[in-house]
Amino acid sequence: MASSAPISDALWRRPNLLLFLLVTPPLLWLGIVYLGSLFALLAQSFFSIDEFSGLINYEFTLKTYSELLRASNFDILLRTIAMASAVTIAAAIVAFPIAYYAARYATGRWKAVFYLGVMLPLWSSYLVKVYSWKLILAKEGILNWLFETLHLAWLLEAYLAIPVLGGNSLSVSWTGTFLVFLYVWLPFMILPVQASLERVPPSMLEASGDLGARPGQTLRHVILPLALPGIIAGSIFTFSLTMGDYIIPQIVGTSARMIGQAVYQFQGTAGNLPLAAAFAVVPIVVMGIYLTLAKRAGAFNAL
Amino acid sequence: MTAAISFAGVSRHFGDVRAVDGVNLKIGEGEFFALLGPSGSGKTTCLRLIAGFEQPTEGSVSIFGDDATQMPPYRRPVNTVFQDYALFPHLNVRDNVAYGLMVRGDAKAARRAAADEALALVALGGYGDRKPSALSGGQRQRVALARALVMQPKVLLLDEPLGALDLKLREQMQTELKSLQRQLGIAFVFVTHDQGEALSMADRVAVFNEGRIQQVGSPQDVYDRPETPFVADFVGASNVLPAELVARLTGTSAPASLRPEAISVGDGPLTGAVESQSFLGAATRIEVNCNGLVVKMLLPKANPVPRVGETVSLTWPSEALHVMEHANG
Repeated sequence: MASSAPISDALWRRPNLLLFLLVTPPLLWLGIVYLGSLFALLAQSFFSIDEFSGLINYEFTLKTYSELLRASNFDILLRTIAMASAVTIAAAIVAFPIAYYAARYATGRWKAVFYLGVMLPLWSSYLVKVYSWKLILAKEGILNWLFETLHLAWLLEAYLAIPVLGGNSLSVSWTGTFLVFLYVWLPFMILPVQASLERVPPSMLEASGDLGARPGQTLRHVILPLALPGIIAGSIFTFSLTMGDYIIPQIVGTSARMIGQAVYQFQGTAGNLPLAAAFAVVPIVVMGIYLTLAKRAGAFNAL
Repeated sequence: MTAAISFAGVSRHFGDVRAVDGVNLKIGEGEFFALLGPSGSGKTTCLRLIAGFEQPTEGSVSIFGDDATQMPPYRRPVNTVFQDYALFPHLNVRDNVAYGLMVRGDAKAARRAAADEALALVALGGYGDRKPSALSGGQRQRVALARALVMQPKVLLLDEPLGALDLKLREQMQTELKSLQRQLGIAFVFVTHDQGEALSMADRVAVFNEGRIQQVGSPQDVYDRPETPFVADFVGASNVLPAELVARLTGTSAPASLRPEAISVGDGPLTGAVESQSFLGAATRIEVNCNGLVVKMLLPKANPVPRVGETVSLTWPSEALHVMEHANG
């Protein structure tokens, strides 16, 4: 019989060729565009800037990194890491019950409602959501109105009087920045946690109860350890997205900068590309340390 | 004597489905008891009602005389070996076995020692440091067994314990479970759809169909004296002769069961053409069509086997025909 599909036949006979054709374009993309730019960034961070001429001095030096330790710069690092940690912990706490419900109880229509509810906010522009939050949190916003209607304005004022957390209004406070980060990155925590809980067979929870564990003990000794890989996966998203973001803290929050804003300013207006690069390396290093610690603590044992 | 487990008018409905429908049952202390039935017959739901994973819609469940109907699983003196074993993947074998002792608050050294002892009991001494994923199916099942037994339950529940094992391992585990039960002297309640397994292991068998108990009795009772056509057919694939035919043969108008192995070729009351034959090794199974009634028979190897299409007459010793006088169907 004459072959009517010579390409299919040829590829069927040489599966390695097919694999090569499939994998090469994405590998080139990852290798050159992604890893290449990452290395370019890393290289930049080891150069320095001439303070008088403003020109980049292409010689290996650790001077730029030492600048990170200057009080004003170091504050940016601490502030960003603290914010990313707070957002990640809060996201895990808020996401867990939602993910647990979706994985254990929701079926059919309710499962669809869950996915829609989690994904729907991702469909609208990130800027729209952030500006909506600015309106919600503003002094004339709906949250203030709600507190006043409930005669709880004193409570909000007492909270805003707390140093660091508070401020003139929620929309120019760290609490406001935190709330917006939490909202925007929450789906990235819910979905992996839900996926990890979905893989826990119901019989495993029954076995725990059967062996005498109260529901709280089952949660601590079985559900949480098995959900941990999902929580870690989610925290990689929330942590790194918070550390790199430069738009949310610019729109909602105080004038104090976070890493993303520092990178934006140093590579743009200030023209200090080496320092911007050094700032950008910090989140990568922090994530590396975080994952190493998580692995050592046995977070991936259930995989 | 208080029964280890007793069901009084227990029903469990899931919406319109009556998974368990008005079951009365008593299981004695130290009894090896089988819940036998096809899938969806309610046998597993009954086991889950004993374990406490399900609550009855009606009726009550008692464990050693105490009403357990509203008792959560973690308070019941029973432990379960799950069909999928349900071993905790993040814990090694020893910690899996010691899990119940850990949540109870036993000291680390004590629960370690107890776990190692339980592992030795199921011939898995020295496997404590492995992960469940590094074990074979049969070994995992032994771990699940040790994990339940280390709690010293008054009743051990086994959900299709041998279902996932290959034939050789299954036969070996049957013997081991039986001797383990004798050694421990506690009640074993196990669910199975395999009638051979139920007959060979259990002291008593409850046969389930559509949420109801069809018959409870010793393996010999259930096999030789089935009370309903369902039991006759399900346990040992017996022939069920219709009431009219039985009336002609014996004078009693009720269905009767006739074991395939009791029938032989010879001058008898039924005649028909051989429809099919299949060689089973030790015997040959033959189906004979007698005026629309397909009679199954099992011929031991030494006997001559009639060819397909040949007309034969069938006979059997009169005591082999068991008339089911109380059958409702």
